[in-house]
Formats: sequence, structure tokens, C-alpha cells
Amino acid sequence: MTTFKIGGVHPDDNKIYSAGCPITPVDLPKQAIIPLSQHIGAPAVPVVQKGDKVKVGQLIAQAGGFVSAPVHSPVSGTIFKIDSTIDAWGMRMPAIFINVEGDEWDESIDRSEKLNPVCRLSPKEIVEKIQNAGIVGLGGACFPTHVKLTPPPGKKAEVLIVNGVECEPYLTCDHQLMLEKSEEIMVGIEILKKALGIEQAIIGIEKNKPDAIEVMDRLASRRIGVTVLPLNLKYPQGGEKQLIDACIGRQVPSGALPIEVGAVVDNVATIYAVYEAVQKNKPLIDRVMTVTGKSVKKPGNYLVRFGTPLSQVLEVAGGIPADTGKIIGGGPMMGRAMSNVEMPTNKRVSGLLLLPEDESVRPEPQNCIRCAKCVQACPMGLEPYLLSKQSEYGLWDEMEKHNVMDCIECGCCQFTCPSFRPLLDYVRMGKATVGGILRARAASQKK
Amino acid sequence: MNILVISLITLGVTGLLAALILYFVAQKFKVEEDPRIDQVVEVLPGANCGGCGFAGCRALAEACVKADNLDSINCPVGGSAVMAQVADILGMAAVASEPKIAVVRCNGTCEARPRTNRYDGTQNCRIVHNLYAGETGCPFGCLGCGDCVRACQFDAIHINPTTGLPEVDEEKCTACGACAKACPRNIIELRKKGPKGRRMVVECVNKDKGAVARKACLNACIGCGKCQKVCEFDAITVENNVAYIDFTKCRLCRKCEAECPTGAIHAVNFPPRKEKPAEPKPAPKPAESKPAEPKPVDAKSAEQKVAESKPVEAQPVEVKPAETQPAAQVEPTKPQEQQSVEQKTVEPKPVDPTPSAETESKQ
Amino acid sequence: MENLIVAPAPHAHGNDSVRKNMLNVIIALMPAYILSIVAFGWGALIVSLVSVCSCVLFEYLIARYVLKQEPTICDLSAVLTGLLLAFNLPSNLPIWIVIIGALIAIGVGKMSFGGLGNNPFNPALVGRVFLLISFPVQMTTWPRPLGFAGSYLDAETGATPLAAMKEALKSGDASKIADLDLMSTFTGWLEAGSMGELSVILLLIGGIYLLCTKTITWHIPVSILCSVFVCAGLLYWCGYPGAATPWLHLCTGGVVLGAIFMATDYVTSPMTPWGQIIYGIGIGIIVVVIRTWGAYPEGMSFAILIMNAVVPLLNMYLRPKRFGEVKKEEPKKA
Repeated sequence: MTTFKIGGVHPDDNKIYSAGCPITPVDLPKQAIIPLSQHIGAPAVPVVQKGDKVKVGQLIAQAGGFVSAPVHSPVSGTIFKIDSTIDAWGMRMPAIFINVEGDEWDESIDRSEKLNPVCRLSPKEIVEKIQNAGIVGLGGACFPTHVKLTPPPGKKAEVLIVNGVECEPYLTCDHQLMLEKSEEIMVGIEILKKALGIEQAIIGIEKNKPDAIEVMDRLASRRIGVTVLPLNLKYPQGGEKQLIDACIGRQVPSGALPIEVGAVVDNVATIYAVYEAVQKNKPLIDRVMTVTGKSVKKPGNYLVRFGTPLSQVLEVAGGIPADTGKIIGGGPMMGRAMSNVEMPTNKRVSGLLLLPEDESVRPEPQNCIRCAKCVQACPMGLEPYLLSKQSEYGLWDEMEKHNVMDCIECGCCQFTCPSFRPLLDYVRMGKATVGGILRARAASQKK
Repeated sequence: MNILVISLITLGVTGLLAALILYFVAQKFKVEEDPRIDQVVEVLPGANCGGCGFAGCRALAEACVKADNLDSINCPVGGSAVMAQVADILGMAAVASEPKIAVVRCNGTCEARPRTNRYDGTQNCRIVHNLYAGETGCPFGCLGCGDCVRACQFDAIHINPTTGLPEVDEEKCTACGACAKACPRNIIELRKKGPKGRRMVVECVNKDKGAVARKACLNACIGCGKCQKVCEFDAITVENNVAYIDFTKCRLCRKCEAECPTGAIHAVNFPPRKEKPAEPKPAPKPAESKPAEPKPVDAKSAEQKVAESKPVEAQPVEVKPAETQPAAQVEPTKPQEQQSVEQKTVEPKPVDPTPSAETESKQ
Repeated sequence: MENLIVAPAPHAHGNDSVRKNMLNVIIALMPAYILSIVAFGWGALIVSLVSVCSCVLFEYLIARYVLKQEPTICDLSAVLTGLLLAFNLPSNLPIWIVIIGALIAIGVGKMSFGGLGNNPFNPALVGRVFLLISFPVQMTTWPRPLGFAGSYLDAETGATPLAAMKEALKSGDASKIADLDLMSTFTGWLEAGSMGELSVILLLIGGIYLLCTKTITWHIPVSILCSVFVCAGLLYWCGYPGAATPWLHLCTGGVVLGAIFMATDYVTSPMTPWGQIIYGIGIGIIVVVIRTWGAYPEGMSFAILIMNAVVPLLNMYLRPKRFGEVKKEEPKKA
């Protein structure tokens, strides 16, 4: 069985609603709202002001540090204001508002569809180009890619693992991207191999996507150092640590990053963005996102320019069905339920899942029956029942000893629990509290 | 018979031996301790709440005995009375401290702050706070899930089901600070109780710009600064679009309360305001639009606060219409509101029912 | 459309429930149950129905009127406790004793600790051991399987295979158990005994059903059976006078019932794989020790209850393998 060794669950696929739907572009909005923080790390700093005219692909905010990413304009028009807007969870975030006029692109961007397979840049130049294009991980974490491509001194990358798993139910954007843009992704893989100075790349794809496996395998067999590894279905196979375990059999030690075991993991959508940035000079200004759900009239994989209000995207998908209970940004296991849909699309949102009302309400939790199914399900080998109870009682020291910081918040425990206990709610709270304690401890030790 | 005698002697000797061993071991391993620690522990309340900053009453007693003076040590539950006793035992100078009380600085009731979504997760403030802004448009306001209620060891704070906000019982609150620590949004603050329990509070911590804050909640502080301008004692600062009253400087003159356009500033435990009846008033507007009217709102909100703690006061209000002319214009709805207000679980503090002669400036 | 619903992730659930798991165990017990009705007739029917109904009734009453909580009889855990209790009792036991057993099992064994999930000891076994100690005569006269032809309270009684094994050990004379037929104890017949000792094969079928539906894991049953086999085997092959073969030990008494249905009770068994294995080994050792040197012919109930007490210790010291504890291996070459 080619899959990760510890834990995991098998949620219903539900990919049927949007599987095979060709990538469809969504019309430009009338006003694009571009958040300044679309990544992990410091928010970007605006370099434009009210009244400036911008073109598609033009830099509008520069990175706020090394662990940060620049932001480029996804539309052409006039800067309306630099203000704050509300995100889908009610929190204020700074953003640049652009009134859209036409669709004029920056001259340096190559808009042709022709494949550009050769990259003559040096590794350092590649990383710089990726950094300047504002590429961040599009698998959900939004970690600036150039940081991943710059291993700390003393650590060497040995293998590039391409995440074509898409283990979250309902989502199909990565799958469709692999079917439609397989050549481009291959070139992107070669570019990243060059940037990291390694010879081996493994593309992990789950066996429920046989067409993608076939397409990528056909292309990979023509190349040296790229293999496709079909993986047995299990959630959360797409999780970085689990994918590394499944592909090369190494487990990233607690508290460490994948580079510790010589692996660099990148999502196929990120790699496609790398191709567009390095070979076509196109910065990250759009992405494919899945809009899906049982009652959605026109589910599919939509190519959206950042800054488009989510409500507009939902209109294209046939509007919000009347029986909608939850609108989730991402998949049902780790996605965040939204409280409003005025937030614009950005690098962080990989899909919209609309769940009907009857699937949106949680049953009443009951007593823990100590069945240990959560322990069996946890892919990190933790004991969710124990961590959850410790969190309820505020036993932070105990939680630290029981490795709560290793929790990847995948949701397998709460998914499995026959008593419907909100295990992850409490573990997450405990993780946040213990994280704060650890940071305070580290800060006081530095003094 | 023989067996009986033998068993008795054996048991007796074993018992004696055990007693001797225990005695010697107790003497050998005895821990020398200052006897004053036990004496101090006797007079402390014994709640082990941690409000003093020490790990329990015994730890506080040890700290007191070790310290040179009691200046930095205070038991909020026992207050000045207990600290005076401790000072007596230790032969140190007694330190008088101002009694404090936990104050909930949010008035985003269910009416004033409408829900924009439905929350279906675990009812725990910290979990909701870590997740998103909350069920309303205010990302700073009270979430109403009761972390503060669970933290309180003195049964002094409860969520009012009508307003959805926590209410502090003035009698039971010991200002130990547990609720303030539990609140993930730092809404609860320990403030001076004030003379006769009177204090001025800005009941809002929303740092958004005025228009945004007001859109989310009718009782929000919009950071307009009018209160700051009118305060003669420099007690009010407006930072990050929200006003804050420094309780060490506030003289309880209530001028800020009168100036506040949204009713965010509250005068707690005050007698009803004496309004000049000669003032021309506009036609009485319905009670629902109260935030738009400064004068009637102030009188009403003050009376609401008064009624919260002293339903007894409701009688004087209705008996003396001349003093409360503006309030009388909105009379029809008031009895019902006071009725619902009286049903709160807060226990009233008996206060002298003749507030008439005293004006605010005398305080 | 109303306001959107917001909750923390995950937003999906695997549709498992307490009731589903309890129902699976009840279904797994059905083959053995049906055979025991056929074998023990009215007694089996009456004892099992009284046991199940009393357990459910007591759980409802105690939850509603003593604990003042919402009763959770719908999760079928009381039904399962009643059924397992009946499997451990002689089917000629008077009704009033069965009811007392149910009261102790549910009242003391489960509800006094706070309801489902909080009890440290297996409730059915608490009930059974209480009855064994309080009514030793009634609890040790076992009816013979005469089907519906026999009567309920006046059932003809006989010596159980375990009693014969005890005799053999006491006297050191193995001939006393020479005529115990292994095949029949495996399939479904014995001289006299409880409902749960009747057919090993039907219980094993139930066990396979439970493994396939992922209701239980292999750790506890396999470790108990292996441990009993090894310990009994050691005694037998070292020539202990009067010792029975390990196969006979496995097929008689409550070993298989205990291994698959009683020791695997969620609430009272360990939470970690290694914990479960050590738990099973401990039970096996104690069973063989009690059967060989103890006063009682059957040791399964005591063995499980003793190991229940050790479970918190096992949970504390035998933690599951954490991710990231393996050594680095060579990467697979392209």
C-alpha cells in the first residue's frame, strides 16, 4: 500500500460535482480589491497611491521582508483607494482598491499559449524571479515559495515532491490543472529542480485520478529524474509531512521543516504559477478555484483574477442555492466557513464549497466512550481525546508534553469521533495557547 | 483465653512500636517554619483564587512574612480589612487600597448589535475568538459564550440571556481578576469601585473607525473625542478610535456622559439625573431610536443603570415627574424596560432612596 | 436564505456513532445467541430478556431521576450490557437475581461513575461477579442444554467442562478430562454451562464481523488468545499434573467470549495499541493462573476486572508511536 503509515481517514470523495469541468475564466470585476496580506509572513507594502494608473501584472505592493511576497495588480485601471476591507471572517484587512478599466497587460508578459520549454536562467536567477513574481504556495498554506527554495545553511534538498494529491473532498482544481496544463507543469518541475540543484522529482497523485496519473506519467517517462507515484487514497495524504512519508518513506521530525529530511514539497498549482512566472514573465495574478456543492447549479473549476468579489464568482456558478447552510473556503476537512461573501478572491482561497443546511449543523456531542478511534485516526500519532480534555481543563504543560504542537489540524479525529465531540476545536485552542507560551518562553530566554 | 491474651499483647506491642517509630521520624524530619505563616493563613479568606498574584493563600502568607513591608502585597478578596489584620500580626504598617470591581466594557446587546451569521461550534469564547470576528459585525465585542462565567470562583458574573452580555454582581465580585484573564478580547477590566459604587465607564473597546463601529453596533464608541474635550480633569484619552476613562483621574462629574452621541459612556450606580424642565424638547421619538437623541438617552441609560442595581429607585423616578421631565416623555415604554431589567440576576445594593439634594458636582 | 452558519473545521463527519458500534456488537452476538436459545430453551430466553429490559430500565430511571440528565438509552449500550450479562449467567437463574445483577451492573458498574464513558470496570462483569459472590450456589449450578424440552427454573443441571478441568488439577489426574470432546466444545455443545460458553465457532464468526466493520481492532482478542494458549501450553507441555491442553483451555469457559466481546469494551480497555497488547497478555496470564491454582474454575471475569484496574497505567506509559520517530531511510531511486 503506497500511502503514509500512521492514521488517516476515508471521507467521501464528492468530487463528482466538479470533476472534469474544464477551466473556465470568470469575467473581470468592476472594482478589484486586492488584500496586502495573501501569504504567511509580513504583509506587503503598497508602492502605488490613489489615482495611479496600473496595468495587469504591475507591481502594486512590495514584499514586507524576506518571509513575505510582493503583490501585483490583477487588473488594469485606476487606483481608487488604499484602505481596509473586511475579510470573509469579519476581520479588517488592508487592501488596495482598483477601479477596473479594460484589460491592458504589462508589456513584458508573454500572453501566448505556446509552451516555452527551455529555461536558461541560473538557479539564483530563477529563485529571484519567483520571488519577484509573488509566488506563494497555492495548496492552502500560502508560504512564500522562494523561501522554500532557499534552504537554510547546512541543509540540502535531495528530492522535489510534487503535490498532485488533492486529498480534500469536493476540490478538483488541481486535478483539472494536471489534465489541461500537464506540459507546463512538467516544465515548471524542471525549473524547480534546477533552482534547487537536485535531480529527482516525485509527483504524488492519488489513485482516484487515473487520467491525471496517465497524462503525467506519459510526460514523465520522457524525462530523466521525474517519476509519478500513484498513491492509495487516504486523507490527509496531501499534508506535507504525510506526503513525504508516502513518497520517500521519511518522517519529518517533530518541530522541524521538510528540508530536514531533504524534501521540498510544492503543489501543482504553485508549480504552474512558477512556469508562468519564469517562462512567461507573468506574476501571480490569478488562479483556478473549484466552486462546488450538492446544490450548486453550475459547479466547476473557474479561473479567477484576484480581487474579484466571491459573490461574483458564486453568481457565475449559478448563484447561492436557497438551502445553503455553510460557504466554506477550501474543502470540508480543513476549509474555513465564511460569514460573508464580499471578500475578494486572493492567493489563499483555493475553492468554495457550499454545504446545504442539513449538512451544516453539528449533532449534539455526547460523552467520550474511550473507543480510541481518534487515536487510530490521527496521522501524527497523537491522542486527541486526551489533548482535548487537557485543553478543556487548561492543562497547558501537559499538552506540551503530549506533543500538541505536532498537530496539523487535519480534522481526522473529529471526523471519526462516534460521540460527535468537538475534539479539534479544543486541541486547536490548546495549540494556540501553548504556542503563545512557547513564544513567550523563547523571547524571555533570549534576553 | 490464652489466645486472646497473646493477641492483645502482640497487637499492643506492635502499636506501641509503631507509635514510637512515627514519633522519632516526625521529630527528625520536622520542617522548621515560621509560626506566623500559619497565623496569617488563618485570617486570609482561604479562596486560593490567585487574585493576589500568588499561588494560593499559603503562598501569599509566606510572601507577607518574608516581605519588608506590605506595600506591594494585597488580597483583593479580603480587601483592606484582611490586610489590616495581616499587618497587625506581622507588626507592619497597614496598607489601605481602593476596592476594585470587574467591569465589562461592552454594551453590544442583542438589540444594538445584530447578528450577521449563526455560530454552530463549541460555545467557548476563546475558540470563537481564534476563529473569526464573531456572530456580529464587531470583531472586538463580547462573544457571550461565558468563559468569564466559568472562570469566576465567586459566582459573581453571569450572562444575561436578554442582552447576551455578562453582568457583574457588585456584592459578590472580589476583583480577583479571573474573568479579566479569561476574556480573550480583554473586555473585562478591574476598575475602582468608586464612592458608593459610582463609576464612569466607556462601555466599548471597538478600535475600528467610527462609521464602521457604529454600523456594527448602535452603542459603539465612535472615537469622536467630544468626551475628551469636555473633561476638565484630563481623565479621558481617545486612542485607536476608542475613548478610555482613567479611573484614577475621573471625578465623576458626568459631563462626558452628557456629551457622548452614542451613549457609549455609562454612569454606573448614580441617582437619576435632575433635568431642567424648561429646556425645549423635540417631539418624543419612539424608544427604539434612542441612540440618536443625546438628552433623553442619557437620562434613560442612567436610569437603566440605576434600575439595574436598585429597582427600589424605580419608585422615586415615577413619583417625581418634575425632575425627570424628558424621561416622562418616553414613559410608556420605560416601565416595561425597567420590568425586564429588574428580572436580572444581579442583587440590588440598598442605597438611600433620597438622592435629590445632591448634585453631581458635589461628588 | 438565513444567515450563513460558521463553525470551526472539520465540516464533515464519518457518520460513525455510538449506536452503530453497539448495534454491530449486538449483531455479532446474534449467531451465538440464537444457538443458545435453541440449546437452553426457556431459561435462555427469559434470563436474556429480563436482563436486557432491566438494564435499559435502570439506566433510564437512574439517568432521569438520580443524575437528572437526559437518558441515553438510545445508544444501545445498556442493551449490550444486558445481553453480555445474560451470556455470563446460568440460564436457570431466578428472575429476581437477574434483576439484582442488572441493577448492580448498571447502577454501580456504570451510572455511579457518571454514565457511559466514565466507568473504569466492565459493567456486565461487575454485575456478574457481584452475583457470583452474593449467590454462589445459584451462580454455580449450571443447566444442561436440553432445549425447550427442559424447564426454566427446575432445569436439569450438570458439571461444566471447567469443573471437570478443576477436578483434574486438584487431583492431578488428567483422566477426568479425557472424555471432553474438543470438537463439540468448539462447535456448540457442552455438558452444562452458560450461554456464552456454548459455541466457540459462532463467537469467532461474530468476532470476524466486528473486525471487518472496524468495530474492534485485532490487538486485544489476538493477544488474549495467544497468551492463554502460551501459558496453558507451558503448563501442559511441562507436564503439570492434571493440566488440560491449551486448545481445551481456549474452547472452554469464557475465554473466547471474553477475548472478543468483554475485554474489548471501549470504555474499560486501553487506548493505545501496545497498551491493548499488554492488557491482553495480562488477562491471559491471570486466567490461566486462576484456573490452575485459584479457587474458582473460571477466571475470565476476574482477569478482565483486574486488568481494567491497570488500564490507566497502560494508557500513561504505553503511548502510540508519534510521527517523526522513525530513522531516516534511503530515498527510492527514480
